[in-house]
Amino acid sequence: MLNTAKTPINVLHMQDITMQFGGVVAVNGLTLDVNQGEIVALIGPNGAGKTTAFNCVTGIYEPTFGQVDFMGETILSNTPKGKMKKTYLGEVSPRPIPVISSTPDVITKKGIARTFQNIRLFGQLSVFDNVLIAKHMRAKQNVFSATLRLNRKEEERMRAETIALLEEQNLLHLKDEIATSLPYGLQRRLEIARALATEPKFLLLDEPAAGMNPQETQELTDFIKQIRDSYHLTVFMIEHHMDLVMQISDRIYVLDFGKLIAHGTPDEIQNNERVIEAYLGVSDDAED
Amino acid sequence: MKKNAVSKNKLYTLAALLVIIALLAFLQANSSQYSYQISILERSAIYAVVAVSMNLLTGFTGLFSLGQAGFMAIGAYTVAILTIPVDSRASVYYVNGISPAIANLHCPYWLALIIAGILAAALAALIGIPVLRLKSDYLAIATLGFSEIIRAVIAAPQLDRITNGSYGLKSIPGFPNLFIAFGLPALCILLMVLLINSSYGRAFKALREDEVAAQAMGLNLFRYKELAFIISSFFTGVGGGLLAIFMRSIDSKTFSINLTYDILLIVVLGGIGSITGSVIGSFLVTAGREWLRFFDNPLVIGGFEVPLFRSGFRMVIFSILLMMVVLFYRRGIMGSNEFSWEGLGRLIRSIPSRIKRKSKAQKHPAGIPLCPESMDDSKKGDNA
Repeated sequence: MLNTAKTPINVLHMQDITMQFGGVVAVNGLTLDVNQGEIVALIGPNGAGKTTAFNCVTGIYEPTFGQVDFMGETILSNTPKGKMKKTYLGEVSPRPIPVISSTPDVITKKGIARTFQNIRLFGQLSVFDNVLIAKHMRAKQNVFSATLRLNRKEEERMRAETIALLEEQNLLHLKDEIATSLPYGLQRRLEIARALATEPKFLLLDEPAAGMNPQETQELTDFIKQIRDSYHLTVFMIEHHMDLVMQISDRIYVLDFGKLIAHGTPDEIQNNERVIEAYLGVSDDAED
Repeated sequence: MKKNAVSKNKLYTLAALLVIIALLAFLQANSSQYSYQISILERSAIYAVVAVSMNLLTGFTGLFSLGQAGFMAIGAYTVAILTIPVDSRASVYYVNGISPAIANLHCPYWLALIIAGILAAALAALIGIPVLRLKSDYLAIATLGFSEIIRAVIAAPQLDRITNGSYGLKSIPGFPNLFIAFGLPALCILLMVLLINSSYGRAFKALREDEVAAQAMGLNLFRYKELAFIISSFFTGVGGGLLAIFMRSIDSKTFSINLTYDILLIVVLGGIGSITGSVIGSFLVTAGREWLRFFDNPLVIGGFEVPLFRSGFRMVIFSILLMMVVLFYRRGIMGSNEFSWEGLGRLIRSIPSRIKRKSKAQKHPAGIPLCPESMDDSKKGDNA
């Protein structure tokens, strides 16, 4: 919304992303855009392929077909090869595109951070270590200098930054707790803090409000807006809580059975017939 | 207060070090009298290096590898070939003769140990490329296979003129003194402790906890697994080299799977993910086997010879003891905790209360013997 007046800067562009597991097409020809400073939501019924789409962006899956651009640079692109070429079931017919594959760590280094639907913290490590590990990636050191403590300043800098981040996120008093011993809501907060520690430009949140009560959800809504502004982030999220999605999103994409069925502002989506059909099912009358 | 505690701990550590050095000096002075005890302690220290390096892989990075014996063999043979005095080589290789390529290769033991580590690490790097794509049990089987291949290659008749085949290598110069025999293992373990407590150690732990999340934190899965495998194999190779210097004669049978199982036993017994545990475990296992030796001798009580006491019986007792330890300390002696002076203090202070609790439990047999609170307490103490 903010950027519609000016020409928006494209952060993420997904083009015809198709992800096929054997005969199952989990995501089918998904094309979408996320612009700088926006909060965009991806919604859809269970099994619609939302998390699969996320995994295609972060490099956990290699899409069967399609291309992902981040900040104008192609980070992933693929065409069906070998056996997949014969069994390709996607709706978009694949034209050969150069194959570019990036592992998840490379994508994180480019500035895409994510959280996970089923929280994936480093369970047996402390809150402090969980965040500190995210700083390792950008540290200037090698295994010798780290082992022999040749560069204490770098380690001190990492620790100081971690403390600062934990303080901003109100987690500092818990820094020595074991991650899995935290209550559920705080584990989610910690996962977001850990993602922020990788110094991202673009944050992917996979069901950040899952399992939260209405009050916690409201707090999360404010929190997401706040981190978007203070860290200059662009946020792309999957969420089932419609209150949160409608309040916070600039734009919404709706996915059903792997296909994009609607796209628009929250108001447009709320009144979209196909979306209501997908969520509530089709009555017999409507089908005729 | 806190600073005070830190300096106090430093003082304790210094005192402990002095005690150890004094003990070593005493043993050094009376080395002929205590040669049996010294040899047990030396072997324990060397096994501790290999156990800690296995723990680095299994306990801290979460890679279950069973290739230790193979990498130790590489290290041991490297050190042996490089340190056997040139004059005595003709007598060592008297059956097959020595290959001219290595006939005059000789270097001091410390350089030989480093070369041993580097060779083991280089082989690990090669093996790691295909093998580290496997997970858990499959990785264990694959590394086990490679370890046996290494042993078979060393024993192969084609290499007789280098490894001396089934005759093995002897006349390896031993440690010049006890300080070096214990100092080198201590140095290796210290380096691994520093690594584990560094940023890289944290990265390894992240990999162990959750590979997907670790990748999302910008860690390249393959690169860090390979790094852990290489470093672990380096120290395993050095450990093998130390073993060669300690044993003074080696042959390929020494490095069979049994050696890997011994190390695995030490790691599991001590606690997967605890360096202190591995060190304690290696002293307990190595010494335990020797202490139990009297079970192997026939025992006659009042003219009656107890039938069970015969050669091999000590291993039965040893196995029973191991089972007991594993049953009572499910996560090993140390769990995943490390030694600290505070922990030791807690353990000592908790002893009287524990004895009290036990006698109380005996007085009230119908009480609540498995009260979770007391369990927690005792666990904390044990894991100090």
